[in-house]
Amino acid sequence: MLAVVGLLTFGLLGKGSSRVAVGEAAPASPLPRLEGGGDGSLSDYRGRWVLVNFWASWCGPCREEAPALEKFQRDHGGPRFTVVGIDTRDLSGDARAFVRRFGLSYPQLRDGDGASAHDFGTTGVPENYLIDPRGKVRLVVVGPVDPEYLDGAVAPLLPGAGQS
Amino acid sequence: MRPRLALTVWLGVAFALLSLGALSARAEAPRTSLSEISSEVMCPVCGTLLELAESPQALREKAFVSRLVAEGRSKDQIKDALVAEYGTEVLALPQGSGFDLSAYLVPIVAFVIAVIALTIGVLRWRRAGGPPGGDGGGASADGPSAEESERLDADLARYDL
Repeated sequence: MLAVVGLLTFGLLGKGSSRVAVGEAAPASPLPRLEGGGDGSLSDYRGRWVLVNFWASWCGPCREEAPALEKFQRDHGGPRFTVVGIDTRDLSGDARAFVRRFGLSYPQLRDGDGASAHDFGTTGVPENYLIDPRGKVRLVVVGPVDPEYLDGAVAPLLPGAGQS
Repeated sequence: MRPRLALTVWLGVAFALLSLGALSARAEAPRTSLSEISSEVMCPVCGTLLELAESPQALREKAFVSRLVAEGRSKDQIKDALVAEYGTEVLALPQGSGFDLSAYLVPIVAFVIAVIALTIGVLRWRRAGGPPGGDGGGASADGPSAEESERLDADLARYDL
C-alpha cells in the first residue's frame, strides 16, 4: 500500500511544473541546435539580453509572430541582444522548413521532448521570455508577440534604448 | 546413379531459388501500418494515443509515420525515428529498462508474493485441522455432540403435536 501511495505521489510531483516567474533564473539546460549540429544553451548568451521564443512548426500563432520576431532581430540583434528560438515537440524536418520559409536568422535550439518547455513551465506555444544579461527572467508573454508589443515593451528595456 | 544425382542437385537448386524468392517477396511486403503504429505511440502534445488524436501536431506526426511506412521501414525503425524526434515519452508502452521496467516487474512480483502467501495460509489452515471454531459450540463434520443431540431431542419433543 505504501509503495502504491509513493508511486502515485512520485507520478503527480513529476508531472507538475510551474511557470518560471519574473525575477527568477531562467532554466538553461543544453539543447541540440536545430541546424549545424552540436549543443547550445541559454547560458551561452549570458551577458546579453535574450528573447526566448518557444515555437513549433504546426502552431498557427507561431507562423503569425515569426516575421515580427525576425524584424525585431534585424533591428536590435547584436552583441547585446538576440532572439533565441526553441522549437519544441516538433519534427526537426518540419522545423527546418519553417525556419527557411520565414527566413529566420536568429539562433534556433531544438527541444524535441519538451523538457526545456517543461522547465520553463510553458502551457503551449508560442510563449516568449525576455531574459536579462544575468540570466533572470524580466518579461513573460503567454501567446504570440506582435510588433507593437516588441517595440513598446521589449525595446525600451534593451541597452541603448532612448538613444537615437 | 548419375541421372539421379543430377536430379537431386537440380531439385536442391530449385528449392534454394524458390526460398530466396519467397524471402525477397516477404522483405518487399509492407511490414507495418499507420494504424498499427498509431495504437502504440503517443501524441506528445495531447497526452493521448496517436490514433485518438487529431491536433495539428498529431496530424504532422501521422504524416511522418505514413511516410516512413511508405519507405518500407519496420515498426521498430519507425518507433526509433519517433523517439529520436520526440524522446522516449512518445512510446505508449513502458520500455523494458530503467524505471519503466517496474511496470512489468511489479505485477509479477506481486503475483508471486500473493501465491506464496496463499500457499502458506492454506498449509497452516490444514495443519490446524480445518476451519477455525471447529472444536467450539458450532457443528462439526462428525455430527452433533451428545449434549447437542440431547437438547435437540428435547426441543423436538416440546413441539410434538
